[in-house]
Amino acid sequence: MYLGLDEPVRECQYNQICTRNSLPMETLGHKKKKIPRRKWQVFPGRNRFYCNGRVMMARQTGVFYLTLVLIMVTSGLFFAFDCPFLASNLTPAIPVIGGVLFFFVLGMLFRASFSDPGVLPRATPDEAADLERQIGAANGPSGPGYRPPPRTREVVINGQTVKLKYCFTCKIFRPPRASHCSLCDNCVERFDHHCPWVGNCVGKRNYRFFYLFILSLSFLTVFIFAFVITHVILRSNRTGFLSALKDSPASVLEVLVCFFSVWSIVGLSGFHTYLISSNQTTNEDIKGLWSNKRAKDNYNPYSYGNIMTNCCAALCGPLPPSLIDRRGFIQSDTTQPVSHSNGSSMYASTQLHTHMAAATPLLHSNSVMIGGGGPPFPGKSSLVVPCASLAPSQPSLPSMPGLSCAGDMLTLRDPDTHCHHHHFASPEETPSPSGPMPLTLPCAAHMTHGGHIHPAQLYDPASQDSLHEDSVRGLVKLSSV
Amino acid sequence: MATHSLQDMRQQAAIAAKVFIQRDYTNGTVCQFQTKFPSELETRIDKQQFEETVRTLNNLYAEAEKLGGSSYLEGCLACLTAYTIFLCMETHYEKVLKKIAKFIQEQNDKIYAPRGLLLTDPIERGLRVVSFRKQCDSH
Repeated sequence: MYLGLDEPVRECQYNQICTRNSLPMETLGHKKKKIPRRKWQVFPGRNRFYCNGRVMMARQTGVFYLTLVLIMVTSGLFFAFDCPFLASNLTPAIPVIGGVLFFFVLGMLFRASFSDPGVLPRATPDEAADLERQIGAANGPSGPGYRPPPRTREVVINGQTVKLKYCFTCKIFRPPRASHCSLCDNCVERFDHHCPWVGNCVGKRNYRFFYLFILSLSFLTVFIFAFVITHVILRSNRTGFLSALKDSPASVLEVLVCFFSVWSIVGLSGFHTYLISSNQTTNEDIKGLWSNKRAKDNYNPYSYGNIMTNCCAALCGPLPPSLIDRRGFIQSDTTQPVSHSNGSSMYASTQLHTHMAAATPLLHSNSVMIGGGGPPFPGKSSLVVPCASLAPSQPSLPSMPGLSCAGDMLTLRDPDTHCHHHHFASPEETPSPSGPMPLTLPCAAHMTHGGHIHPAQLYDPASQDSLHEDSVRGLVKLSSV
Repeated sequence: MATHSLQDMRQQAAIAAKVFIQRDYTNGTVCQFQTKFPSELETRIDKQQFEETVRTLNNLYAEAEKLGGSSYLEGCLACLTAYTIFLCMETHYEKVLKKIAKFIQEQNDKIYAPRGLLLTDPIERGLRVVSFRKQCDSH
């Protein structure tokens, strides 16, 4: 090991004492050989990414596969069984048009399912702290453990008063029309709804694809329905109805699927056409936000006034880029918000350990890896909650919140000027902010000795130093044996 | 308690290092930032300069999201080509974002860096805030 202890007994004992530090050391060395991670790998929402971050979907994708199977099977049967007859007896344009429609439907479906719906990235710890400070100043002082009332801001848009809500998970004030999807655990801009058929949220960036998908699918469904019926009728004119059905049994299945789909899909297309022409989202329509029933002079402040402009804006307007940059590499000097996705616990505590290890004379790791995407820290690790918020109280917080603090604080752009500090709390203690006093640990650059952080216990710096001395003494004893 | 006040001081120092300009939603969901001059920057830059920077940014973002003949044409063309056209060319929005990045770089070089401030591109913050980072002069 580090001190050249070879006997297994001593190694075991050595490990026991500085398990917390030795493991990150090993993984640190291991991490150096790893390629830099991409941002999607530490994305905090409950999304799934494929193709190295190019494809982004919701967690539950079962219904999406059902959609895909239904479309492909029905269309496949149509092309295989009905088209030959129709092409030869009516016109070959039928399979061509059908084919074009089919590929358009699939294209729009994939575009709607795989693209970023307009997810708002979570606030960096600095921003969250700044907002908390502003809200705290506005609300007035409150005692510890007291959960402040829901935070809202009012803004007047085009003459209508709109309330902006504060999202406790993303730590931002949601822009107007944005909403937090509980299934994906993201705030989405111009949130329409979460569509299980498409396997993704429908928001600002993929609404037009969704609309074009259901529109073209309704055309395809009606097309297939109509021509399958035509096929059966033409056949039964020649050979009788029952034998016509026997000759092309697939037609029965197609008719059934199309019949039941037509009602729902055409209905949905009609509904969304109405929404687009009035520039509303499903969310707003369901809540009746802009209906006249709420208040006499209630109107939609986002509508452009006439139907054509609303339609053009929704369908042909500029496509905003994705704000989450999922394929970007994690830079060592950028702040990363909390990540609890894909079961990976955060890196921050690892970095902190290495940071302190650098200052600790016994452990000789010289390089400190700073930044996001570290290896998972085993077991219950020390956690860092955002510095400013000693009262993280929303129930939607995962059990490992606010690890971003260390990630941000360790960005030593100005190491000599900023002295960062970190709060530590074990997972059990996080929900009760009025619990034991959080541990403060000055920045390693300013420390003469790093401390050991016991995950389940919190110390004030004084006893932490003595603990360190004890452990140093223990190590010295071991090495001298 | 001694620990707490040290904590608070450090907290203040850490927070005061960045100044955030929030979004201005009075015109709807268009990307605009508030032009109100924050008090923390009073000692560093003058109000006119700040307002001009933010207003130019606002204008650039408005240009990116503008609805007009060219954007409709781009949208229709993209739809007809099943959006494969964006494999070859950039969207109008992306072009303007590049312009904005250049503008911010320019502003930093000419105006803000000499005064010990660093303006970050809002796109890196998800278009939520424009942040000014104070560089300390002690080193």
